[in-house]
Amino acid sequence: MKFLAVCSSGLGSSFMVHMNIEKVLKEQGITGVDVDHADLGSVGPGAADVIFVGADLADSVGGLGDVVVLDSIIDLAELRTKVRETAIRKGVTVPDAGAN
Amino acid sequence: MEGVLSVLLDVFRQPAIIVALISLVGLLLQRKAFSDVLKGTVRTLVGFLVLAAGAGVVVASLDPFGAMFQEAFNVQGVVPNNEAIVGQVLLDYGSAAALIFFFGFIVNVLLAATTHFKYIYLSGHVAFYMAAMIAVILGVAGFPVWGVVLWGALLQGLVTTLSPAIVQPFMRKVTGSNDVALGHTGGAGVALSGLVATLTRGKGTPSKSTEDITFPKGLGFLRDTTVIVALSMAVIYVIVALFAGSAFVETELSDGQNYIVYVVMQAATFSAGVFVILAGVRVVLAEIVPAFKGISERLVKNAIPALDVPITFTFAPNAVLIGFLASFVGGIVGMSVMIFAGTAIVIPGVVAHFMTGAASGVIGNAAGGRRGAVLGAFANGLAITFLPLFLLPVLGDIGLSNSTFSDSDYGVVGILFGQISLAGGQIAVIVAILASLVLVYASSLFVRARARRAGGGDGGDGAGDAPTDADGTRVGETASAR
Repeated sequence: MKFLAVCSSGLGSSFMVHMNIEKVLKEQGITGVDVDHADLGSVGPGAADVIFVGADLADSVGGLGDVVVLDSIIDLAELRTKVRETAIRKGVTVPDAGAN
Repeated sequence: MEGVLSVLLDVFRQPAIIVALISLVGLLLQRKAFSDVLKGTVRTLVGFLVLAAGAGVVVASLDPFGAMFQEAFNVQGVVPNNEAIVGQVLLDYGSAAALIFFFGFIVNVLLAATTHFKYIYLSGHVAFYMAAMIAVILGVAGFPVWGVVLWGALLQGLVTTLSPAIVQPFMRKVTGSNDVALGHTGGAGVALSGLVATLTRGKGTPSKSTEDITFPKGLGFLRDTTVIVALSMAVIYVIVALFAGSAFVETELSDGQNYIVYVVMQAATFSAGVFVILAGVRVVLAEIVPAFKGISERLVKNAIPALDVPITFTFAPNAVLIGFLASFVGGIVGMSVMIFAGTAIVIPGVVAHFMTGAASGVIGNAAGGRRGAVLGAFANGLAITFLPLFLLPVLGDIGLSNSTFSDSDYGVVGILFGQISLAGGQIAVIVAILASLVLVYASSLFVRARARRAGGGDGGDGAGDAPTDADGTRVGETASAR
């Protein structure tokens, strides 16, 4: 399973979202997910199972498959919820999944 | 014995190896497994070589541009693009730049831990570019390599601590909190935008927010760096080629190939080179930035992460576009002035105007509504056109290249310390760096004393106010979560 954070240059904000996704996965004890980051230009369909972008890029990622849009890329609580939901949706083993 | 020494010296003269070693340290600090350490170190070594290869591609496409520009207008034409210039700089200053980047982060953490400026600069790519520029400035000043690294690291630490600080009074207006800061080399221009917006706000009814306007969508393609660089460069190359004339291009440069086809392909090649450099930078930073983040979270209480410009974009999407357009117009106006003044000509760099112009728009809007967004971003556009012009002469041979650093902080820091070096030599540079350090501690003490006098009351203004307690939802809380 691969989660990919994407921004326009693939350097700053996508890297931060990438590190925060890893942090959230670790917090929740979710394993078996690879996380990476990339720029908009080099991402094609099939580049990852799920793509995470900020709301400002939502219009630019059509056709890239399963996209999760973050309303604010600095809101860790939102990321926590969305990563957890996505992991459950994709059938990744999530500890205490029933408790959510 | 001498043989061994010379081999060792050869090893450490390779910037790729220095960068790989820094990555190795980063991986060990993160206590990664052996296989991850090996993988990450080798990837960084290769990543640096990818970056260097991209620099070659960019230079090959810029050379004909420079020749055409010279033929057409008889002056130097400069394309401000961070990746293009940093790729070239790293070929000569790579080892010093990598070490300044590494030790500069440590200085940043120490300053954040011991002063009121709690900003940890996590935008590794622009920090790396800043380190490259500082390596050039101090190298041109004639410092020995150890001096470049020592003084460069102190300067780098100061810049990465203070750049977020000058934007923070305005960032607080945007985010409504003190949990995140802006960490980008456009900081000075963005702060200028906030200042201009505040000054032009007017006393009567405040200018309405940009977000009350219904604004056309469909400019999403602006966000794809590869596409926008190729398109904008194609426009610029074709215009310059038309002025240079088909005869010149086809006899001197393209070896008979149709001149329009030739320049369009060169523009696309430029974008390809930037693409390759970006890929290299991404690999080089992949192991080291997480290590930095981990260290700062452990060592600095109430750390405020300073992050890349797109963190501002979701707060005011209309201001993003308005800011880009206003900044770009500023760039065109600035370029026109240069044409009449007969100086080297700085062509508006679309990526820089987008990134820093957009952030200036968001900041300007928060400080002064629509009018603030337009005027503030316009001021930023002028700043990032004229600063590169005055930066060129202090960069030595690098200033003769057809590309340069595009954002405001490079201009402010480079021109300041370049001129200090021209005026007073190495001693003046050292004195200026030490004086800046003293000033940082003095202003930190002052802010702390003022905060105490106010009984801990938090007005929310002023660059160094005590960080408010994190509410547990923002990235800023990472420090307290450990």
